[in-house]
Amino acid sequence: MTGHKLMFKGLKLWSSGRATWINRVHEGVIVRGSGKAFFASCNPKICVVGSGPAGFYTAQHLIKARQDAEVDIYERLPVPFGLVRFGVAPDHPEVKNVINTFTQTAKQSRCSFYGNVNVGKDVSIEELQQAYHAVVLSYGAEGNRTMGVPGEQLAGVYSAQNFVGWYNGLPSCQELNPDLSCETAVILGQGNVALDIARILLSPVDILKKTDITQPTLEALERSQIRNVLIIGRRGPLQIACTIKELREMVNLPDTRPEMVAADFNGVAEALKDVPRPRKRLTELMLKTALDTPGEKEQERRNKASRSWGFRFFRSPVEVLGDPDSMRVVGIRLAVNRLEGEGEGARAVLTGEVEDVKCGLVISSIGYKSVPIDPSVPFDSRKAIVPNNMGRVQHVSGLYCSGWLKTGPTGVIATTMNNSFDTARSLVEDIDSGTLDVSISKPGSQSISALLEKRGVKPVSFSDWEKIDNAEMKKGEASGKPREKLLSVEEMLRVVQT
Amino acid sequence: MAASAAVRSSMGLTLRLSRVIPVCSTCPLYRLNICGNSAASLQRRGSFDSIRTINRHLQTSIGLYQIEEGSSNAEDPDDVVNIVYIDRSGQRIPVKAKVGDNVLYLAHKHGIDLEGACEASLACSTCQVYVSDAHFDKLPEPVEREDDMLDMAPMLQENSRLGCQIILTPELDGMELTLPKVTRNFYVDGHVPKPH
Repeated sequence: MTGHKLMFKGLKLWSSGRATWINRVHEGVIVRGSGKAFFASCNPKICVVGSGPAGFYTAQHLIKARQDAEVDIYERLPVPFGLVRFGVAPDHPEVKNVINTFTQTAKQSRCSFYGNVNVGKDVSIEELQQAYHAVVLSYGAEGNRTMGVPGEQLAGVYSAQNFVGWYNGLPSCQELNPDLSCETAVILGQGNVALDIARILLSPVDILKKTDITQPTLEALERSQIRNVLIIGRRGPLQIACTIKELREMVNLPDTRPEMVAADFNGVAEALKDVPRPRKRLTELMLKTALDTPGEKEQERRNKASRSWGFRFFRSPVEVLGDPDSMRVVGIRLAVNRLEGEGEGARAVLTGEVEDVKCGLVISSIGYKSVPIDPSVPFDSRKAIVPNNMGRVQHVSGLYCSGWLKTGPTGVIATTMNNSFDTARSLVEDIDSGTLDVSISKPGSQSISALLEKRGVKPVSFSDWEKIDNAEMKKGEASGKPREKLLSVEEMLRVVQT
Repeated sequence: MAASAAVRSSMGLTLRLSRVIPVCSTCPLYRLNICGNSAASLQRRGSFDSIRTINRHLQTSIGLYQIEEGSSNAEDPDDVVNIVYIDRSGQRIPVKAKVGDNVLYLAHKHGIDLEGACEASLACSTCQVYVSDAHFDKLPEPVEREDDMLDMAPMLQENSRLGCQIILTPELDGMELTLPKVTRNFYVDGHVPKPH
């Protein structure tokens, strides 16, 4: 590493040979007065866009791997944590424990959080690239795949993403107000999100009352007439995308009974012999639930249950049927499929048969989808990801991506964690090898903060978030909930300003 | 032994009631009734670079952030369990531990990068480790919930276990725990991209 000479308002920092930056002096620097400071430093300054698990795990690894790295995390909402806050089901609070890890990272002196900043609108990627040595895009997948069938626009049809956003308090989904006055709800898709939704629709409200589910949702669920939920997939039991934990929760859901179609399971038991363990255990539980004669106690429990749920296989939606006067959904037309091929690679092929299912609520849970943030960033619209090589965005130096934006919108927190660590490793490698030039100083948040101020944008700091956090927890105390989420950006900003 | 165990479990109860620590029902320490630790959350509240260990012997005055590092323990040779962590770069890290230590928190104490996102509540798979063959069978059978979580772990192997569920016993002396390498060239679900 070559020696550098820097000047800062009379302070001289220099290094020679193996550089050791005098970090404590750097951190003690405060810009006063007109704010026009020549903030010269060669600590790698990295910007992370998105404060969900991908953003935080990338930041965590960067800070740990390089003692001189400074990481700024930008987030569109005033509140951090992404899908951990807005995606994980309210009755899965332990999964949210990871927030403690992220909080530790955010409170590191070399890490800063800037909420309420819309990258792409309040500040461009190009401006971030000028201010930072590297920019990591980890803004996830805020869109969803559409069924692409007629009737999808009818009242009573929702994307899983919006439905989950609604019950989890995502501000942009609070106007959803789904009508739960029908008897049957149909969910297309059989992944964990579909099962989460089924569980929230059918769980006894007394259980949900003690979670951080939103108040409007609780009120809607208390009025809900839904007694039957069908979870529909286009392939068979051996291709189902959910995992065993969520299936077990459905099987054990109080006051509900499973109703499956035995014929859907023909040939499944025989195919289990050579299947990997996770698939095997999952399928065995499904077979047991669908085919076994229950013991006396279980039979009694099922007889007394007031609600039911079931998987339906080999069905694809071809049309959502609506009432022409009310423009509301009254049913869904499903094409019957057969399978070609076996195992994970099996494909659904139309048989030509269709069947109609009466229902008043349709939720399509067929996948999230990333959207492009800025025309300067390459985007693969077919796969809906940013094209990259081990986290390095193709053809753009200094730009990286992690999380679902990098690999597509599937995977649990552990997957995203590994994925983010990988990107961070690529970045650190690039700094170490000189591919990423950190010898030129970069202003980092200094210049971005000035830009944002000029544009009338007020970033929310991590301690500002803690004000919101405390306000929510206090509000929840009154009703015995871990928190009562604030449901609008305005409310959140108001708390910050007090 | 019984008296100190009683003190430990009553301390645990006090801390749980004051909602200082999370519900312990999933923790094997609690299930084996040798829980003498403070909360996972207390451990997390320590500073990032000096994560405190969960101490078997609680102080009777509950200073939440004053958990000793076990410096007052006399070293009882029967209590010592030597194990080896093999980190993601292949480096061997021998650790001198004690009976009752939790593999996840022990790793943290020694700066080994084993993540524990859900803080030992059997709600994630980030603390997956591969257990040396000679010792795998000496571990008690996993509870159903651990198996369910393992099923979601990337690069699951026959000898995979969740680190947060492994409590050291004398017969685990010599155990080697390998952290899964998430290699750059493979997707976490095992898919291998075509060379181009």
